[in-house]
Order: sequence, then C-alpha cells, then structure tokens
Amino acid sequence: MITMASSQEKPQLIVDGKRLDGRDAGDLRPISIQTNVVKNAVGSAYIEWGNNKIIAAVYGPKEALPKHTANPERAVIKCRYAMSPFSSLEDHGRTGPNRRATEISKVTREVFENVVMLEKFPGSEIDIYVEVLQADGGTRAAGVTAAAVAMATSGIPMTDLPFGVSIGKIGETIVVDLNKIEDNYSDADVPMVISPRQDKILLLQMDGNMTKDNIKEAIDLAKKAGETISKLQSDALRAPYLEVMEKYKGEKSSYDEKQAD
Amino acid sequence: MNNATTYDYITELLNKGTREDGRENLEYRALSIKPGTMPNAEGSAEVNLGFTRVLAGVKVVLGEPMQDRPNEGNLAMSAELLPLAAAHFEPGPPSPEAIELARVVDRGIRAANIVDLPKLFITEEKVWDVYVDLYVLNYDGNLFDACTMAATTALKSARMPKYENDAVIREGSLGKLPTKGLLSSCTFGSVAGHIILDTNANEESFADARLTIANDETVVRAMQKGLGGGFTPKEVSDMLDITFEKSKEIRNAINKSIGE
Repeated sequence: MITMASSQEKPQLIVDGKRLDGRDAGDLRPISIQTNVVKNAVGSAYIEWGNNKIIAAVYGPKEALPKHTANPERAVIKCRYAMSPFSSLEDHGRTGPNRRATEISKVTREVFENVVMLEKFPGSEIDIYVEVLQADGGTRAAGVTAAAVAMATSGIPMTDLPFGVSIGKIGETIVVDLNKIEDNYSDADVPMVISPRQDKILLLQMDGNMTKDNIKEAIDLAKKAGETISKLQSDALRAPYLEVMEKYKGEKSSYDEKQAD
Repeated sequence: MNNATTYDYITELLNKGTREDGRENLEYRALSIKPGTMPNAEGSAEVNLGFTRVLAGVKVVLGEPMQDRPNEGNLAMSAELLPLAAAHFEPGPPSPEAIELARVVDRGIRAANIVDLPKLFITEEKVWDVYVDLYVLNYDGNLFDACTMAATTALKSARMPKYENDAVIREGSLGKLPTKGLLSSCTFGSVAGHIILDTNANEESFADARLTIANDETVVRAMQKGLGGGFTPKEVSDMLDITFEKSKEIRNAINKSIGE
C-alpha cells in the first residue's frame, strides 16, 4: 500500500520492467464500454477504464439558449466535465466543476467541435456531460472516449470517432495509460485525443519533462493503444445490434417479405 | 411532456384504476439496490427504481467537532440533480428542489440515528465527518424514496477509516462505519384526485401535492409535504398506515442487498 501525502519519497513505479499493477510499459488497463445507460439522454455511454468509472451523456440538438450563444451557421457544443466528491480514495472533494474541471470541459468541447458535423444544425446546441463517478488517473482521456461513444449513439453525425489515452514518462521509460499513483509521481504526463481516420491530434496537453524524441514516441504509443481503444468503442456501439441479430437469426423481416412479393 | 394530452391520458388511466406502466395506485416500480458500486468511496449504493437511477457516495474524513455538539462526529448530506439525468436539469448551483431533497433525506437519516455520531468522536479537536452525496443519474420521478434507500444502504455498508499516528488509513483491514437501525421512506402524490405511490416523471409533473413519510420499524422519523395542494387529515392517516405496511418490503430489500 502506498500512502501519498505523508511520504515525500517517490515510490519505485517500475520494478523489473513491470509497473505496480503488473502491466508492461505499453499495456492499457482493462476497458469496458456500455451504451445507452442514461434513459433520458439522446445518447449515453458508461466506461470502466481500470478503476475509473465515468458516465457520459449527450442531449440535443436543441435550440441554443440563451439566444446570444447561438450561431446561425452551425450548432454550438456545450460541455461539462465534473468529478463526484466521492470519486477518490482520499478526502471528500468539492461538488461541481472547479478550475481544473472547467479547463477539461473546454478542451473536451474543442475535441467534439472537430468531429461533430455542426453545420447540419445551425442555431442549435448540443450538450455533452461527462461525470466522473470514480477516478484513478486518465479521466479526461477516458471521458472523451466515452463521450465519443455517447455522441455516436445519439445519431448526431460525426466525421470520426475520437479516442483518448494518456501517455507518461517514468524515469526514461515512456508508458501507456498512467494510473493515479503513476500520474502523481511520473516525470511527465501527456493526455491525448486522436481522431484515427483523420490521423489528427485533437487534444494534447503535457506537463513534466520530455525530449523531442520522447514526445514522438508518446504519439506513436498513443496511436498504437488507439487501435485497441477504437475497437472497444465500435464493439460497444455494435453490441446492442448484434444482440438483436442473434435473437432474430433465421427469421424473415417484413423487408424480406416485401422483396419476395 | 408536460402537456394537456399527457395529463388527459394519465387521468383517464387513473380513473380506470391503472397507470402508464400498468401498476396499481399503491404499487412500487421494480427496485434494485446495489451496495459498493464505487469502491474508492467508503460507502456507496446504486438504486434503480423503475427508470429512476441514483447513486449515493459516502466519504468519511477527518474534521472538527461542532461547538454545540463537542462530543460527536458530523453528518453532511447533499444532492446533485446532474444535468445529464434529465433534459430539464441545468448545470449550476443546487436548485431549491435539490436542496429540499437533500434536507428531507438528511432529516430522516439523522432522526433515526442511522449514523452513530457519538462513536465518531476522536479527541476534543478531532472527529470524523461523514459526507453523503446523492447523485441523480436518471430522473423518472420519486427521487425522495430512491435517495433515502441509496443513502441508508451506502451508510450501512460503509467502511470506517482508521486514525493512527496522525494519519488516516483508508485501505487494508477496516471495520464498518458505526450505524444503527434502518430507514426508508414512502412518497405519495396526489394526481388528478387520486393518491398514488412512487410517481414516475409524468405523474409527478401533474401532482398537486406530495407527501414523504420516512420511518423505521417502530416510528415515523421525518415527513415533508411538497407542492401547492394539500391532503385531508384522513388522507394523511391512511398514508401513514400504508407506509408502515409498504416500508417492510423496502427495508427487506435493503437488508438483502447488504447481506443482513
């Protein structure tokens, strides 16, 4: 067990090539994604990413209010990322968005401004809500990954399905998907969101110390991890339809019957 | 869907003795209670009541005693109507509805002494503070009962951190938060002249009056009448009888969820 605040000493994060939770440098934590978890929302998704538990929901498109926020050419996106006060193993947090959450809300909104086809809904707003119910490092990346699936289930057209992942530097090793303890003591942390079809980086933040080569390696690792994450996203989107297909396997649809007539 | 057509539809159903989902007037929707869904929190519970979904999280942290209660710990309850839970919930500071919800749940839990606050005393300067946060994840009516169940279950299943050598220990082998008894509530709505239990969002939007009765096995612990209309003394007395009958099922469900 590692007690954080009380110890100034940095724990050994990599021992014999293995990270504290047994992962190799390039390994993601286990990720599972479920769609349509908030019945009232137009689209929603729930992601468990390691010990992170995050719910994302999309409402809209609807009339942009207050009116001065509307753009006659395109939809506007409004985004709220917030952490529950019981999300961490430590003290009780503050309720509602703080400065950190406000910044994450902004960069998350900017991700979706890149991929949502806003010009289809002039004068309207699309709301994205990301609620972190339990946090264990990398919540903004996991939040965007879930929000992208939520947006896709809403049926609002997108040009791509972005994914997020955080890359870090521990000593001289570049590692994928920092957890909370690693994030606290790592030498650098680079959360990224990538739009895989367009091969564009839509979110990039960094703090710590990294060389140019480190950053190039981080981007390569993020893209590689993205292959796994993108597949989990599309599998989650496909799952409810596969269930229905399985259920009605071999039965003729009314469409088939019409064709036969 | 607050419109005349929905109102007519709900009224017509109630006059025929049924409801949108085929329930009887005094019947609850399907209920599931899951404790421990958020293991970082000392206690947690998710309650699904029909399509209403709430999550309670409990954090137990080091605090200072209140001046008027120097020998016991503190309890703080708050409720968040998350903007993702319904199209009409807005981001921002807690609405009067959210504050009323938290205060009504708090009063029941406090009056029933669910948390054994004197046992949360450490020293004259230090006591444990228990924070209960009620998170509404999907709104389909009757938040009062769902939140009371979630808060009670989360508290009853919460672990107790240790305070040793000026440090709080939150992991490893820990005991349970000291609690007593079991609380639940029954909330009635007066809709189109009918008194019904466990209103869904549509029914709730047309309710003239609302009454929440929180009780344990023996006594009533908290009550709250809400909205513009009223109830006759006879109606209140009937609702009290129904509450003592119905609440047994809820307490059984809570006990079953926490393995007691």
